[in-house]
Amino acid sequence: MAKVIVVTSGKGGVGKTTSTAALGAALAQRGEKTVVVDFDVGLRNLDLVMGAERRVVYDLINVVQGDAKLNQALIRDKRLETLHLLPASQTRDKDNLTAEGVEMVIDELRKSFDWIICDSPAGIERGATLAMRHADTAVVVTNPEVSSVRDSDRIIGLLDAKTKKAENGERMEKHLLLTRYDPNRAERGDMLKVDDVLEILSIPLLGIIPESMDVLRASNLGAPVTLNDAACAPALAYRDAARRLAGEQVPMTIPGERRGFMNKLFGRRAA
Amino acid sequence: MSLFSFLNKRSSAPTARERLQVLLAHERATVGHADLVGLLREEILAVIAKHVQLDGDKVSVTMERGEHVSTLEVDIEIPVTASMRAA
Repeated sequence: MAKVIVVTSGKGGVGKTTSTAALGAALAQRGEKTVVVDFDVGLRNLDLVMGAERRVVYDLINVVQGDAKLNQALIRDKRLETLHLLPASQTRDKDNLTAEGVEMVIDELRKSFDWIICDSPAGIERGATLAMRHADTAVVVTNPEVSSVRDSDRIIGLLDAKTKKAENGERMEKHLLLTRYDPNRAERGDMLKVDDVLEILSIPLLGIIPESMDVLRASNLGAPVTLNDAACAPALAYRDAARRLAGEQVPMTIPGERRGFMNKLFGRRAA
Repeated sequence: MSLFSFLNKRSSAPTARERLQVLLAHERATVGHADLVGLLREEILAVIAKHVQLDGDKVSVTMERGEHVSTLEVDIEIPVTASMRAA
């Protein structure tokens, strides 16, 4: 059965688009048919991170308004045949996105995909609420930093109030994806720790993505980080997160963590 | 001096954590409902304005949101002429 995921955060620049691309590619690599959908109308970037910016002909708005068929707008990834992209419009604005139109597109995607991953725009306005509206599960992307944690808390409130699931009295499944984490700075007390963020937001942890040059390198090249260098630390972390999304039990590790001498001696309790 | 200054430097993450906990406790309580302290401030000022002409410059309202209690401090200067008029 198809599963609709929204990747959201409230705050901009925390890694929603990077995470959408990386999780989408990791799920597609499992052989499951996956589509990543850009909801950031007017400021699309998922096409660029996926390396498909020169192949966009039709977009989400064209489909919503009936100017193009869904199949015409879907772009199949050149590296992975199970991975598809539905780009946002760059020239129109968010007002062209209607609740009915989005519902129609999501319902149609549900028929032919296993995973539908919606990349939400930043903010709490129309674009963000429409991106989360039909989701079964939310991935809340958060940086270990005060403004990001505050905005994530606000988004969690919206997920529990403004989604179809919430309105039907069902529970919206929410997962925390902690990105740009630096275990060494956290250990020194210069950055919020995983446990701090988990305690404040109190939603289950999907994964910890380490701060890494590999993320920028992959977006420079136009490839999801999980496809660009499958062995790098963020790729491993995203792949584990994707496995957890798919329901597998994967032990939580903090990739790239250098364990101190004392920690090695006395062991470290799992995060 | 600079060699040992790192010993005095408190790590910042615990402060971030405490600030967030206090802030979010308030924000979660006020989302969807009116902010009680804000409402009190409006109504208290309205009641006083019924009897005394308020000079905006002579009214100071401060609010402090603490972990367990919030305090609202309303400091209003009432000129002698105003109280004579009321009497």
